[in-house]
Amino acid sequence: MLIKVKFFARIREEMGRAEDQVEFRAGLTVSDVWQTTSGGKPMPDSLLVAVNMEHVKGDPELKEGDEVAFFPPVTGG
Amino acid sequence: MLIELRLAPFDALAEVKNYQALPANPGKIGAGCIFVGTMRDFNEGEEVRSMTLEHYPGMTEKHLEEICEQAENQWAVHDILLLHRTGDIEVGEDIVLVATWSAHRGDAIDATRFIIEDLKHRAPFWKKEAVKSGERWVDRNTAGYASS
Repeated sequence: MLIKVKFFARIREEMGRAEDQVEFRAGLTVSDVWQTTSGGKPMPDSLLVAVNMEHVKGDPELKEGDEVAFFPPVTGG
Repeated sequence: MLIELRLAPFDALAEVKNYQALPANPGKIGAGCIFVGTMRDFNEGEEVRSMTLEHYPGMTEKHLEEICEQAENQWAVHDILLLHRTGDIEVGEDIVLVATWSAHRGDAIDATRFIIEDLKHRAPFWKKEAVKSGERWVDRNTAGYASS
């Protein structure tokens, strides 16, 4: 089972792709997904994270089939 | 209630007029509050020529619906109209429209302010501006005042 990963805006450009996938394992957290997909880059302080299209804080554990998104501060309106 | 993302330009005040022609609660509405956000030709000391608005399909719509539901729970709002552009935007075009209707002014004014502030700080949209030197991402929204 895979975790679907999405990147938006500046983060998408820095990653060089809009989407990725990570193999699920028990105990996998948001920061593990970032480490795997970014090749070990530090998480930017301003980075925002959503799991299943809801904002999350901290480093929550993920479930099989979750969708994780990484993006910079939002600038709509 | 109507919440929509629009790829094509819209005329915010015409949208309000058309929507008001279909009153959800005729006779019950005593106040309406309208906020329109429009694209400027300057930002952070530089001339801005155009802009592209990226969003997170699925989450953006969901987040806007949640904001409006929160506003309805917190204030006695009879109706809400929320439109937001995506894609390529030119100077002078409307970016966002928030309109709320209530029996008394306080509810409409406070609900409109709540919706636009939450949208600005939490709804997944990202602006990329075209300036003389090329393109640049907007890092963050201002606090909403000329001095900020």
